[in-house]
This record gives sequence, C-alpha cells and structure tokens, in this order.
Amino acid sequence: MSGSGAIMPGTARPATSGTGTEDQDVVVAIHDLRNQFGPQVVHDHLDLQIRRGEILGVVGGSGTGKSVLLRSIIGLQPPTQGEVRVFGEDLLSLDTEAREKLEQRFGVLFQNGALFSSQTVIENIAMPMIEHAGLDRVQATQLAHLKLALVGLTREAANKYPSELSGGMVKRAALARALALDPEILFLDEPTAGLDPIAAAAFDQLIQTLRDALGLTVFLVTHDLDTLYTICDRVAVISQKRVLVCAPLDQVAETPDAWVQAYFHGPRGRAAEAASLRASTRQVD
Amino acid sequence: MNATSSAGQAHVDTGSSPPRLMLSGDWTLASYPELLQTCEAIQSQITAQTVIDLDGLSRLDTAGADLINQLCEPIPAAERWSDHEHQPGGRLAMLRLVAQARQGYGPPPPPPGRRTLTDGLAHIGEVMAGIGQTTVQLLGFGGLVLASLAREVSHPSRWRLTALNAQIEQTGWNAIPIVALLTFMVGAVVAFLGATVLKDFGATIYTVDLVAFSFLREFGVLLTAILLAGRTASAFTAQIGSMRANQEVDALRTLGLDPVALLVIPRVLALLISLPALTFIAMLAGLCGGAMVCSLTLDISPTMFLGLLHSDIPVANFLVGLVKAPIFAFVIALIGCREGFRVSGSAASVGAHTTSSVVQSIFVVILLDALAALFFMEMGW
Repeated sequence: MSGSGAIMPGTARPATSGTGTEDQDVVVAIHDLRNQFGPQVVHDHLDLQIRRGEILGVVGGSGTGKSVLLRSIIGLQPPTQGEVRVFGEDLLSLDTEAREKLEQRFGVLFQNGALFSSQTVIENIAMPMIEHAGLDRVQATQLAHLKLALVGLTREAANKYPSELSGGMVKRAALARALALDPEILFLDEPTAGLDPIAAAAFDQLIQTLRDALGLTVFLVTHDLDTLYTICDRVAVISQKRVLVCAPLDQVAETPDAWVQAYFHGPRGRAAEAASLRASTRQVD
Repeated sequence: MNATSSAGQAHVDTGSSPPRLMLSGDWTLASYPELLQTCEAIQSQITAQTVIDLDGLSRLDTAGADLINQLCEPIPAAERWSDHEHQPGGRLAMLRLVAQARQGYGPPPPPPGRRTLTDGLAHIGEVMAGIGQTTVQLLGFGGLVLASLAREVSHPSRWRLTALNAQIEQTGWNAIPIVALLTFMVGAVVAFLGATVLKDFGATIYTVDLVAFSFLREFGVLLTAILLAGRTASAFTAQIGSMRANQEVDALRTLGLDPVALLVIPRVLALLISLPALTFIAMLAGLCGGAMVCSLTLDISPTMFLGLLHSDIPVANFLVGLVKAPIFAFVIALIGCREGFRVSGSAASVGAHTTSSVVQSIFVVILLDALAALFFMEMGW
C-alpha cells in the first residue's frame, strides 16, 4: 500500500490489505500480531493499518477477537508476539510519561460505557481535563458541558449518575468522555449495540459529523451492518485469526469467503445494503 | 496540522475600519487557561461590526472553537463566518458544530444556595428517620424470612441441601483456622492479664477461673460473632448485591422463584449451624491459650487446669454462652442479606451497602450481648 496525500472524508480510496511502507497517513500500524490466552490463539500473523481521517469498521464473528484487537492497540493487552505502533511509537516500550502523553491522543469508548459509577456524568467528562490539561474545576466543567452538547445530551443529564441513565445516554456520555481531550483517534467498541434503530442512526451520524469537523480517525468494532454501510470508509474482516480483507465495503462484500458471503449477503446484509442504496439514490434526486 | 506550534493569540485591530479581530497561533485545549484570559481581556472590544480574521490560525480543537464562539457572541450568527468559506478543511464545520451544540443545550441551572444551619438540622433529622426506617425494615425482613422458612420446612423436597452445604463450607468450615487462632491468642492475653493483676493478691490460681468464665460466657461467642460479622455478613451483602446489580434477582422473580427462599434461607440456616459450632471451637481454643500461659508462667499444669475447670466452673456458663450463638447468627445473616437486597444498580452501591452491613451487624451483636449480659445477671444464671 502506498498512501500519499490526505484522505478526503467520505471518499475512500481503493486499497488492499497487507503490509506496506510506513507513511505519514498511517496512524496505527499492526504488524505480525499474535495474541494467545493459554492454549487458545486469538490472533496469529495479523496485519492492519489505520489511516488518518478514515472510519475503519472491524467486523468478525463472536469470539474472533475484535475487542482483544482494540485492547492490543490501546496497550491494555500486551501482545504475545508482534508489534503495534500508534503514531509510529510502540506504546509498551515507552516510559510512563511518554506513554501517558500518547494515550491522551486517543479516546476510547468501551462496550458498556465504563463510566465511573461514583461520579456524575459531568464529573466523568471533566476529570481527564482537570488531570491532564491543567484546567481548574470551573473551566473543566464549562468545557465538559460543551462535550455533552456535542454528543447531543441535554443539561438535565449532566448531574445524573451513570446508573440513572438509559443505555443510549450512557453511550453518548461515554463518547463525550472519550472526546474530552480532543483526541486524534477514537476507538469505539460496539457503539450502537443495544440502541434502538433511530438512536443508532443518530449515533452513526454523530460520529460522521465529528469525524468531518474534528478530523478524527475512527476505529470502530461493530456488528451493525447499517453502521458499516452508512459511515465506514473501509471495513476489516477478522477471520481465521487474522485480517482476512481490509478494503471499502463493496470490495469486501465480493470476497469469496463463506463467512463474508453469509455476513454481507444474508437477509440482514441485503436489507442494510438496500437501505443504503435507497438513501444514496434519494440524495441524488 | 503539523505546523509548528505557537500559543494562541487574539487582539483587536482598532485602526482599520471596521475593526478586525485577529486570531493566530494554536487554539487548543493545551493553552486553554491562557486563551480564556486573553478572551476576557478583549471581550469588551468586540462589537456587532467586528470582522473576524482567521488567517493566522494554525490549530483548532473544540475547546478553542468554543472560546472563539463565545468571543464572537456579539456578531450576528448569520454574518459571523460569511467571508470565511476559503478556510481550510473542517475548520468552519467545527466552529459551526460547536456553536450549534451550545445552542441546543439547555439553559444553565440556578446556582446552588448556601448551606444554612437549618440544612444541617434537616440532615440530622433525615439520618435519624433513616435509622428508624432501617430498624423497621429489618424487622419486616426478619418476618419475611421466618414466614418463608416455615413454608419451606414443610416441603422436604424443596430443601436446598447443596446450597446449604456450600454455604456451611464457606461460612463455617473455612473460618475455623482464623477463629481458632484469634481466640487462642485472646485467651493467652486474658491469662497474662489475670496473672499480672492477681499476683498482687497472691491469687494467681484464679487465672483459670478468669479465662474460663470470660470465654465460656462472653468471649467465645462474642469474638466469633464479630469475626463472622466482618467475614460473612460482608460476603452475603456482596454476593446478593452483585446479583441485584446484575438483575439476577429480578430474573429469579420472573422465573417464579422466591429470592428469599433461594438466596436467604440457605444462608441463614448455614450460619445458624456454623456460628454455634465455631463458638464451641472458639471456647476450646481460648481455654487452650489460657492453659498454655498458665503452664508456662504460673506453673499450673494442663492437668491441674482441667481439674480446676471441672470443679469450679458450673456447666451453666457454657450454656449461657452458647445460647446466644443462634441469635447472633440469625441477626448477622439477616442484616447481611437484607443489605444485599438494598443494593441498587451500581458497583459503588455494592461497596456502600457492604460497609453498612458490617457496621450494622457488629453494632447489633454487641448491643444484644450487652442486653443479654444484663438479663443473665439479673436472673442469677
């Protein structure tokens, strides 16, 4: 892969999976990754690159290690073998200070939100700003309200505790916390799981808007076919312990693999494809 | 994006007409406090006619965009960015997005009032009322458990022997080492105390009576109960509490199963069996500790210790001690389980109720023991 020039939002370039030379557009490079838990090998010889400004969707069956891959990238899961470079650095080999600095450049939305249950929503969002950006409580709270507004929550939610929020609000609040330090990469673990279709569509839209306006790079683990069809520039399929294919959706869907075919051309895949086609023709009209 | 970083700056060029707001450098979170000061300083110079100049701007994030929007508040929104369509990338999109988000957000809440003396008094009142409620609830829960127990007893097929067995192992069997060790050491300490104090009267032989009376009547059962209040009540609360936080208790209800019968009864019964058994072990261990000190420092051999025990100490003391054990067991299990059921939603709540269950059960155990001591003394037992 030889990437040069900026990737414009929404216009994904044709690309093939595989290794390539390091270039400026690659923000995360995974090379020959192997993850093993006891006798169980989750990833083996896995290669993947995330480019600046793209929304990369990661799909795979349950238990194929999508979340483990995410944890490997953000340094929570030391790989058994191989190398993960974020902004050209190997997180695990950095000293604490450099690592903290690097970690501030990415935001993570965990599957169940992982909001701190002993703090209110606004405290959850203000905390990283107080700790890392050197703001005082008043300034941080002021900015935290902006983040809440950005993810489409209202002021009423600000002083609630996570246990008092609905599932969709938890996801939005967690996204606001992930955005607290204005990260360059956003890691989302099943952001639309458990949301109703309207909320899920709104969430997709929100991510796309934020990406376009803030120039974010988004790494997205999902099962939601609609998300893949509407916002993802490229899709990576994890199967047989590695990235089977990583390309724009139409190319991925043509991959002659039984699982990929079942995934994209099953009843749900066809429905999502039809829906996205309808949406795009409506735009043309 | 990778332009050399320089701190963000802003000033109003009043020489030109209309006045120009010159923005330059990085407007990012990293320099937020300084930018905020800059903005406050020039805020008064911004009027509806001011023209914004973004050409010197290098980096911008949501924090900076928010500040710029606040700064440009006096300029009508429609004209604010009209001349900036040539700006690179998503810069305008971000400024607009931030402005839009702020607009859709609710009005600021009224500032909280100052706390007054009345608030403090009200808080004390609330706490007192809470204690009263807790007591009433505990009695109610006790009734619920007894009623459920009565129902279950008549159906031997529904006895949950496996659960009971597992609970006895956890609360009783696994607690033997710690209970025995602790009471052994306290027994030794009491004997030392007796030896020191009674020496002045030449009555060191009564150390045996001191150890025996204190352990049979009070220490055996009290120490065991306090230990189990810390060890078991907290475990019960955490187990049931995390099940509640995970909606498992609700799931039991929807399956037509009684959570009290399923979760509470085995725990109560297990503790009713474990605590008296552990009390007996505690008494033995305490006496052993006393006997050891007696034989090492007072030349009272274990045989003589046993002889004195046999002749001087009526068996009523043993019974007075042991009869309290089932009562303590019931109370500890009850408080532990009930606090578990009071857990709501979050993990923080599990922690809070676990603390509360330990404090309550230790308090109630000591309170009951004091009452019982009064009662037995008046009865002359």
